[in-house]
Amino acid sequence: MTTGMSDHSADIAPADHPSHPAELARTAPTGQLPARFENPGLPTHIPRMADLDEKAARRAEKQVAALFGLSILGTLGFIASYYLVTEHGSVFVPGIGLMRAENLALGLCLAVSLLGIGLGAVHWAKTLMPDTEVVELRHPLRSSDEDRQALVTTLREEGRKSQLGRRPLLKYSMLGAMTLFPATLTWQLVGGLGRLPHNDLSTTEWNGRYLGGGKWQFVPKRLMRDPENTPIKASDVVIGSVFHVQPEGVLDMTEGKLEAKGKAAVLLMRLNPSDIRSTKELDWSHDGIVAYSKICTHVGCPVGLYEHQTHHLLCPCHQSTFDVTNDCHVIFGPANRPLPQLKITVDSEGYLISAQPFEEAVGPSFWERGS
Amino acid sequence: MSTATTPAHQRPADALRDGDTAARPAPSTGARRLGGVAGWVDDRTGAAKGVTYLMKKVFPDHWSFMLGEVAMYSMIVCLLSGVFLTFWFVPSAGETIYHGSYAPLQGIQMSEAYRSTLDISFEVRGGLIIRQIHHWAALMFVVAVSAHMFRVFFTGAFRKPREINWVIGTILSLLAIVEGFAGYSLPDDLLSGTGLRAMEGFMQSTPVLGSYLAYMVFDGPFPGSAIIPRLYSVHVLLIPGILIALFTAHIVIVALQKHTQYPGPGKTEQNVVGFPVLPVYAAKAGGFFFIVFGIIALMSALVQINPIWGYGPYDPSPVTAGSQPDWYMGFADGALRITPGWLEFHPFGYTLSLNVALGALGLIPVMYTITGAYPFLERWVTGDTREHHLLDRPRNAPVRTGLGMAAMTAYGVFMFAAGNDIMAVLLHMSINDITHFFQVGLFVLPPLAFWVTKRICLSLQRRDRDMVLHARESGTIIRTAHGGYFERHDGIDEFERWPLVQHEAVAPLELPAGTDANGVASPTARSERLRARLSHFYFKDAVNPVTPAELAAAHPGPHEEEVPALEHDADHFVGIEQDHADGVGAPRH
Ligand code: HEM
Ligand code: FES
Repeated sequence: MTTGMSDHSADIAPADHPSHPAELARTAPTGQLPARFENPGLPTHIPRMADLDEKAARRAEKQVAALFGLSILGTLGFIASYYLVTEHGSVFVPGIGLMRAENLALGLCLAVSLLGIGLGAVHWAKTLMPDTEVVELRHPLRSSDEDRQALVTTLREEGRKSQLGRRPLLKYSMLGAMTLFPATLTWQLVGGLGRLPHNDLSTTEWNGRYLGGGKWQFVPKRLMRDPENTPIKASDVVIGSVFHVQPEGVLDMTEGKLEAKGKAAVLLMRLNPSDIRSTKELDWSHDGIVAYSKICTHVGCPVGLYEHQTHHLLCPCHQSTFDVTNDCHVIFGPANRPLPQLKITVDSEGYLISAQPFEEAVGPSFWERGS
Repeated sequence: MSTATTPAHQRPADALRDGDTAARPAPSTGARRLGGVAGWVDDRTGAAKGVTYLMKKVFPDHWSFMLGEVAMYSMIVCLLSGVFLTFWFVPSAGETIYHGSYAPLQGIQMSEAYRSTLDISFEVRGGLIIRQIHHWAALMFVVAVSAHMFRVFFTGAFRKPREINWVIGTILSLLAIVEGFAGYSLPDDLLSGTGLRAMEGFMQSTPVLGSYLAYMVFDGPFPGSAIIPRLYSVHVLLIPGILIALFTAHIVIVALQKHTQYPGPGKTEQNVVGFPVLPVYAAKAGGFFFIVFGIIALMSALVQINPIWGYGPYDPSPVTAGSQPDWYMGFADGALRITPGWLEFHPFGYTLSLNVALGALGLIPVMYTITGAYPFLERWVTGDTREHHLLDRPRNAPVRTGLGMAAMTAYGVFMFAAGNDIMAVLLHMSINDITHFFQVGLFVLPPLAFWVTKRICLSLQRRDRDMVLHARESGTIIRTAHGGYFERHDGIDEFERWPLVQHEAVAPLELPAGTDANGVASPTARSERLRARLSHFYFKDAVNPVTPAELAAAHPGPHEEEVPALEHDADHFVGIEQDHADGVGAPRH
């Protein structure tokens, strides 16, 4: 069979034009036997009980009416429950569990109201409405060749009257105008939707005091328990414990609190200094107390499952696992980068404080974060 | 339009119906009134003829055709219950303190969105049932859309002239999951917020533009206060608008092209055999809407879904163990879990996070593009440019069925991978092993599924052939007078035989000459060779239907009377002759 070409011709040819290999593969008739079986036509219609027996029909009618009646009861029940079942108590649904009584009553009544109508209508259709199959003929979807030709002719002839083809200046200026015009609305949308990130994603509240214009001045901040908002003494942190930490001030914020928490969240753990295998980690720790960003370097879930024995941090979202004994390098899962470490020390009162901001952007990767 | 068989007898049930409409000559007052109203409308629209045509339109009946209906009805339930929710839901991230009747959250700071969702659940009488209906209907919608899509795929209903509807359906399915995700994120609880957090991470992973994109969508740093109202307008206005427009086009095209039907006696490429809209289809389909709605209400009454009060308000720092998205987002979540971390690269001091971007940004477009393009690919490979209104039995298209199963398997691998943590706990296995299993499985299982499915199809086709050639095995062993044994075969009549032999014999495309007239390898020749190879792949193992000649050969000489005996069984069926005369029920030539 030839290709591309015949596709096009087949498109215009009658629907059963033999362009399909199937057609070609048909075996030639052997003897007088046809190549294929004949369609035997519709089988005989077998009447239903209700078609033959008026009693059965009456029965069906009553069943349908009963279902509709049930629906009416459901509706009345719904309205009654709306006023009667008001407390918030729970009811035990066998096999499923506790459900609120009000929800159960309203929902069940609604279901009865709906199902009564639905089942009634379907039962009615199945038992009493004609079940003789009806045959409708299909007609070709395509228009006649003349009509198609007429369309093409019209488009071309009438189109020509616009003189678009003859006047290139017109054509190109129009094309230019039409291509450019969406820029107006797009500009408004893109320009108005959001602000530019600048260095936002690379800074956190640990950077210190915000001076405006993307600049910060570092001030050490106390590590505060989240949510208690109390400072942490180095002596409070024992091996095996884990503290959820925010920088001082964040939990008192009235504006931008969630945004600040989302970047500055830190986990504080204590290891036996001899278990720490990374010298940088040890340098940035205080006596084996280490602070790491809690925001997963994969797509940003809070990492928070800490295995005391192995000192592994596990992210609940996609199970990236970070090894706290080795500078939180990824030992399993889809994340690539270690959790950034926060360098800490203690102030004069013995409370843990930050010694410098995070050295790199916390959280999920983005193009210009630096590697 | 004509009826194939006219009932020979007056059925008693007709008497019932006769009571409904008066005898012809004098129209009843009811009929006159109806005529009057219809006349008023028709004077102004001329719709009478079109409406009559629609009322008489025939739809074929099959359970699998109801999947699309379930999708349609659950979408309507979503629209309806969604409008209810808008009356109470407050799409705002504004902070407020909770003072409602749910004691555990008393005095807690939260967003207006979360508080209003709590109020819908506790303060508004019957509000919870509406919320649950909305969520269950949404889940049902996506399930039904997918099942409907599989039905269309495996029966080849996407073939010409229905490619447009396949593409529309693909877009609808994509919109359904986006709509679902947007809705799921609205209540601003801890789980949905964590989903949004991940979404923001996905956006950041876009090469070069990531941080700009994320800042644009969230209007600054995550979470910000813009995302809830923005998602709200996407969820209640933008996507529903597109959904309704595309869905309407979908249905209009179905009506225009008439529904496909399964092959069977009397069914041809030129007819539709089924029931008319009025009264049968209207009652069945209308009733079915209430059944679907009723089942959704039942589920909403009995099974709790998304109890947001238990999760607490969103806060980016607390941990949510084992957070699972709604099921239809599972595959994307699973893809993220099995994409290895080494796919993040750091060229020239920049970060290219393919470990996230591949699964989170690439998978859905790739998946939906392949899906949308499939009819056109298959058509190119098979060279079949004809219209098809009779469906394929899946076994009769073994390669297509195999490809479909392979795609479902790949989807399944992604989806189950999203449960790797749960499986690790349940199966007492290491999560590393389970994740590696899925990583390998993604490449091994789909081809395996293809191969197994194709084998099953081929053997089913062979069984069909055996059935036709040797009739049905009765399981009864008969001992002959001479001491031999054979199994008695019950015959099948021609109505039973027809579905087994109605499909076409197929063969691969011929390999065209590899060079053009001048003996130079041309690019078209190359693409044609590829096409021929694919066609070979598609058709090579074809098992073709039994031909009358083969049947005759299988029952030679002395036994001849066994075969046609059944065809003589003429009182079994009537009206064939006259059908043929009508041109109805005749096979196409
Ligand atoms: C047809 C597709 C739709 C789907 C798949 C869908 C899905 C969802 C889902 C999963 C939720 C979360 C519900 C929860 O558990 O709290 C939701 C919430 C919501 N949806 Fe839809 N929805 C659809 C259409 C609509 C429409 C048309 C409207 C309004 C006209 C609407 C209005 C709402 C509102 C106001 C909420 C938030 C209230 C709440 O969560 O209780 N939805 N939607
Ligand atoms: S967000 Fe932590 S593993 Fe994905």
